[in-house]
Amino acid sequence: MNPYRRSLFIKIATVLVYAFLYTPIIVLIVFAFNSSRTNVLFGGFITQFGPLVMDGSTVVQSPCGPFHWFCELGKNAEVMNATKNTLTIAIISTLSSVVIGTMAALALQRYSFKLKPFSQLSLYIPIVIPEIVMGIGILVLFSQVFTFLNGAFNLAGDSRLTLGLPTVIVSHIAFSIPFVTLVVQARLQGFDKSYEEAAMDLGANELTTFWRVTFPMILPGVLSGGLLAFTLSLDDFVITFFTTGPGSTTLPIYVYGLLRRIITPQVNALSAVWVLVIFSIVLLIQKLQSRAA
Amino acid sequence: MSEFTVELRDVVKRFPTPEGGEVFAVNHVTLQIRNGEFFSMLGSSGCGKTTSLRMVAGFEWPTEGEVYIEGRAMGHTPPFKRPVNTVFQNYALFQHMTVYQNVAFGLEMEGAGKQEIARRVGHALEMVQMTGMERRYPKQMSGGQQQRIALARAIVKTPNVLLLDEPLGALDLKLRKEMQLELKALQQKLGITFVYVTHDQEEALTMSDRIAVMSQGKVMQMGTPVEIYERPNCKFVADFIGTSNFMEGGVKSLENGRASVFVPILNAEVTGYAAENVSVGDEVAISIRPEKIRLADKAGLTQNCFEGTVVTTSYIGSDTRLHVDINGLTLKVWEQNKISSLDPAAYYTVGQKVWLTLFPENTLVLPKD
Ligand SMILES: Nc1ncnc2c1ncn2[C@@H]1O[C@H](COP(=O)(O)OP(=O)(O)OP(=O)(O)O)[C@@H](O)[C@H]1O
Ligand SMILES: [Mg+2]
Repeated sequence: MNPYRRSLFIKIATVLVYAFLYTPIIVLIVFAFNSSRTNVLFGGFITQFGPLVMDGSTVVQSPCGPFHWFCELGKNAEVMNATKNTLTIAIISTLSSVVIGTMAALALQRYSFKLKPFSQLSLYIPIVIPEIVMGIGILVLFSQVFTFLNGAFNLAGDSRLTLGLPTVIVSHIAFSIPFVTLVVQARLQGFDKSYEEAAMDLGANELTTFWRVTFPMILPGVLSGGLLAFTLSLDDFVITFFTTGPGSTTLPIYVYGLLRRIITPQVNALSAVWVLVIFSIVLLIQKLQSRAA
Repeated sequence: MSEFTVELRDVVKRFPTPEGGEVFAVNHVTLQIRNGEFFSMLGSSGCGKTTSLRMVAGFEWPTEGEVYIEGRAMGHTPPFKRPVNTVFQNYALFQHMTVYQNVAFGLEMEGAGKQEIARRVGHALEMVQMTGMERRYPKQMSGGQQQRIALARAIVKTPNVLLLDEPLGALDLKLRKEMQLELKALQQKLGITFVYVTHDQEEALTMSDRIAVMSQGKVMQMGTPVEIYERPNCKFVADFIGTSNFMEGGVKSLENGRASVFVPILNAEVTGYAAENVSVGDEVAISIRPEKIRLADKAGLTQNCFEGTVVTTSYIGSDTRLHVDINGLTLKVWEQNKISSLDPAAYYTVGQKVWLTLFPENTLVLPKD
């Protein structure tokens, strides 16, 4: 028997926490099926399939039925482009920051060097300083460097270096590294170096030891770090806002842009898809991790 | 090839301390380990056993001096190029690999073929009686079983030297005793050199051909178990191995390896075997083992014989252990109960006057540390 009593208070608190956390998401998803174009009022579900019929601002009938706004989303070239950008940025920045962050974590664990305490501390700085400060900093850096390079190489017109996808990717890599490093470091805390020594003792050189022994052992940490980096990159707004350029709009930036015009349930449909994707990734990683353990 | 499989020549290992100083983990150690021998390094915690072993394996490099394996100076040779294998104290089995994969790992690194690997892994598992466990993961086995797998993983490569760092440290007493015998049998069967680290003197005495007794980074004595026990060369070893009684005094004369020592507390001279580096005039420690003191009701020899009073007695079955007081000096005496008797008069009682004889051949005159 569990010695802890489950009091009524704990039950109520639990329900409230869940309600507080998940009601907005549920409302958001329900509104993705809204028949009304204005996102503020719920006009009921779209029930009829067939060619598009509208009554004022209410959709009466749609080829996609209740999934009207999802279909609209698929036809929206801007959304598709933003999705492509977001995924490109997230994938490249995750892979890069995982490699760099893991290497940093291993170095901090293995070697002792003069600037080690400083290096460790410097990992926390990008995490604790306000994102907007970091965004402005990166923007200033890029514009200074680009101005200098454009001047130095006489670049003009289309060949000028400007903000765009590459700058967003670089800045995402930069802010993801500390997260990956800290997560991998946590995994390395209990890592006994005798495993690596045993591998070397049995004839494996440093590289083989890493791939056959070290890496499989820290893989759960690396995966968690990667997942963190991926989700951070997917929904980053502030830093992306400062480093993005024409043609490199990401989903958060696009949605923000929509909000200033009209909010149609398309935004909800987009968010619903987004929630679903992220939720699946989390489930997948959890499954992988529990299998590894 | 050199007569010695492993040799440490004047090896020093210093580690920096966080306070900015240095600690001598190993302090000018010279050791020669012969081919095919079961060699133990014995010492209390922190005396540098593990560090010495790690320098042979190649996980640490000596600060000074040199390690030789099969006559070759090792220098900074990495572990994967040394002809030795290690059994780790925590076993260090790869958790993400099955038993088979663990044992096969070393052979894979050699580039052995699939069939050869299967044959040799099977053989190694047979040697440690773990056949049938191939598909288990380390986590699914008991400590004793993991220990055997760790052993199989190390011997599958048929190294000339096997290094073992307290391999039985985590096992319970009964299993420990069993494994001691098994390890010894395995070593004889394989005919390879074992370098064995332990802090358990009984373990070292029962298993080893030779033992190096270490203290504070130094080798105090090296010899067979009999030599170490019967002829310790200094007070530390006499005290560390088994139990000894000590008396202090000054050497009066020395001849034919026998020293006469004046012991102030007894106000008498005691004769005994002189250790090598004892000379006339030295302040020395006289050492005698409790089981080697002869008790009697009457005086025996005229020399090395003293009257005392029994202070405590405890009957432990095979022996009766007594404390006997001579002029304020308390000696431990263990009397073997050779004759079965129920008569209380057959045993010594507290307060009884007794005569203790310290036979010169059982009495050792050792330098004070
Ligand atoms: N990596 C290290 N850094 C600093 N000091 C060390 C290091 N390794 C060992 N030492 C020190 O060297 C000394 C000898 O250590 P070692 O591990 O060889 O002892 P040991 O005889 O194996 O002891 P135990 O029986 O407790 O395992 C100790 O004082 C220890 O603190
Ligand atoms: Mg040790």
